[in-house]
Amino acid sequence: MLFRVFDQGELPILFSALTARHEVIGPVEAGVDRHGKPFYAFEPATDFRALRLAYTTTKLPAKRYFLPCREDLATFRTSGSDWSKTVEYNVDRPRVFFGLHACDINALNKLDKVLTGGDYPMPWYAAKRRNMFIVGVDCEPQPSCFCRSMGADTALSGFDLFLTGIGDRYFAEILSNNAYNLLRGIRAVEPGEEEHVLYRRAVAEKTRKYTARVDTTDLTKILDMEFESPVWKSWGEKCLSCGSCAAVCPTCYCYGVEETVDIDLSVARKTKTLYSCNLVDFAQVAGGHNFRPESHSRLKYRYYHKHRGFVEAYEESLCTGCGRCGETCLAGINVPDVIASVRGEGGA
Amino acid sequence: MTRERTPDMEIPFVDVAGSPFRPPRRNDFAAFEYTYKAEVTRVHTLTAMETLYEIQLLDPEERRRFSFSPGQFVMLEVPGIGEAPFSISSSPLRRGAVELCIRKAGSLTTYLTKVPRGIRVGIRGPFGTAFPMERMHGENVLLIAGGLGLAPLRSAICYVQENRSRFQAVDIVYGAKEPSQLLFSYMYEAWRQDDIDLSIIVEKAGPLWKGPRGLITKRLKEILADRDHAECARNMYAIVCGPPVMFQYVCDQLNVYGIPMQKMFVSLERRMHCGMGKCCRCNVGSTYTCLKGPVFDYWTVLNLPEAI
Repeated sequence: MLFRVFDQGELPILFSALTARHEVIGPVEAGVDRHGKPFYAFEPATDFRALRLAYTTTKLPAKRYFLPCREDLATFRTSGSDWSKTVEYNVDRPRVFFGLHACDINALNKLDKVLTGGDYPMPWYAAKRRNMFIVGVDCEPQPSCFCRSMGADTALSGFDLFLTGIGDRYFAEILSNNAYNLLRGIRAVEPGEEEHVLYRRAVAEKTRKYTARVDTTDLTKILDMEFESPVWKSWGEKCLSCGSCAAVCPTCYCYGVEETVDIDLSVARKTKTLYSCNLVDFAQVAGGHNFRPESHSRLKYRYYHKHRGFVEAYEESLCTGCGRCGETCLAGINVPDVIASVRGEGGA
Repeated sequence: MTRERTPDMEIPFVDVAGSPFRPPRRNDFAAFEYTYKAEVTRVHTLTAMETLYEIQLLDPEERRRFSFSPGQFVMLEVPGIGEAPFSISSSPLRRGAVELCIRKAGSLTTYLTKVPRGIRVGIRGPFGTAFPMERMHGENVLLIAGGLGLAPLRSAICYVQENRSRFQAVDIVYGAKEPSQLLFSYMYEAWRQDDIDLSIIVEKAGPLWKGPRGLITKRLKEILADRDHAECARNMYAIVCGPPVMFQYVCDQLNVYGIPMQKMFVSLERRMHCGMGKCCRCNVGSTYTCLKGPVFDYWTVLNLPEAI
């Protein structure tokens, strides 16, 4: 890994070098919530002054740029009883993500494992993923953040450049040729001993600020043992089965496929829609049988997929600890409380 | 400040869409959405609700390559109408063609009942695991189906018929609600001629029905009552296909008669949307039914919470 240090004043130059040739997506202020605090969203940005790099976690993840809620998988042209199928991967240019937090970069790494792995990599995701340039920035832990418990508070891979603020300078980690070449366009120097100390101090200070935590010790075994636990029922009674948690989750990738016909009947479309396992018909089969009819069984399934099944398959949890689901949930269900109650440590 | 501001940076543009569309190969992007173009060559009405469709691939090269094993499923696609998973009901010896026994239950299946022979459809697959028929060679086989469960089981029955000398005693126990709902009734005589013991039981029947009435477990008890338990444990395999409620009663009963749980195979039903372990719609716990199933041995099913 290569490191560079540069002044904060150089960052706009870096940004304009990227915007000159590419579409850049970054955190901008999207509005003000009912407490008067601003909230943020990942939007295409052309002006550095519109960027808010000191943003708190966005309401929605950057998922819509690589796992859009609705996406055409294929189009059919029909003529008589015959048809031809065209598969489009819906990517025509590279995208730059400027200012992703470590949790969102780790979410991409986790999605990579399932969506680009196996016998059948998912082309729509993989095509977008291969055409990304990611600049990460460090963050200020919020009360809802438990990424440190999930091991997602630092990103070790999956980005091109990662910036950590040390005083009025940035400490940059370089992971790709492109990032190295990009940094050649600005005045950046090799960090010395002093900068490394400052970097370590900045990281240690961030680590101290986490308040929420989830005890993941032996969590897969505990989840196995507590499958019939009554706490699931009590959480299920609260759950409204609205699917908001999946909509804001940076790693929820489940989907459904449906087909529609255009009004002139000559073109048909196969569309993928992101789905939520909390929605009532997620596991319904033809004929009406539903394998998870109660809301508690669906909520439980969601937790077992994130914290048990994915760990079994890929040695890490599918949850990044960004805390978005807990912030969004209308019923106030959040991961730290649910896991604590399953472990028998208060909560519900 | 006259420093060069545009660095020589070029994010690579990997044009994955530029690759030509070609038949599936593992780890290949095009494999994900590759559809074999096929034609409905035969439509055979089985009952008021179920129809048997014979679907043949159009491309001769693909027809040569397309093969499957009993128990696997395909995704059947009608452009603009929808795509759904169906178990294959036909003999694995027939390459390039599948027979699907389809019940009218949703929009796609209702559409299929209304279209003539000869329409062009798409087939993806075959996906999933198969019944381990080779492992059953030289043993007694008990094939148990309830209702539409005969659809996936018929592929195994065809395999048994074609390799009859490799098996010892073969019994089919088939339960249905009414005599009018019995599937593949034109095949029964052929099965019996191949020395397959077929017993049918229906729940409700009019006075014309001469056969036994009741639940499938009742008929199973009668058949297994005079068998030696130790013998069953040693050389009996069972395949159970049917509605989810049936598995537990039938498999528990088979276990009473000595058949070990790892020698019972069940085919689980889920609504797959991709068939390749991505969409999570068929997950049982964390197990993808489309990858690890749909055929599981009963021991695995018992260890999968909420599988049945």
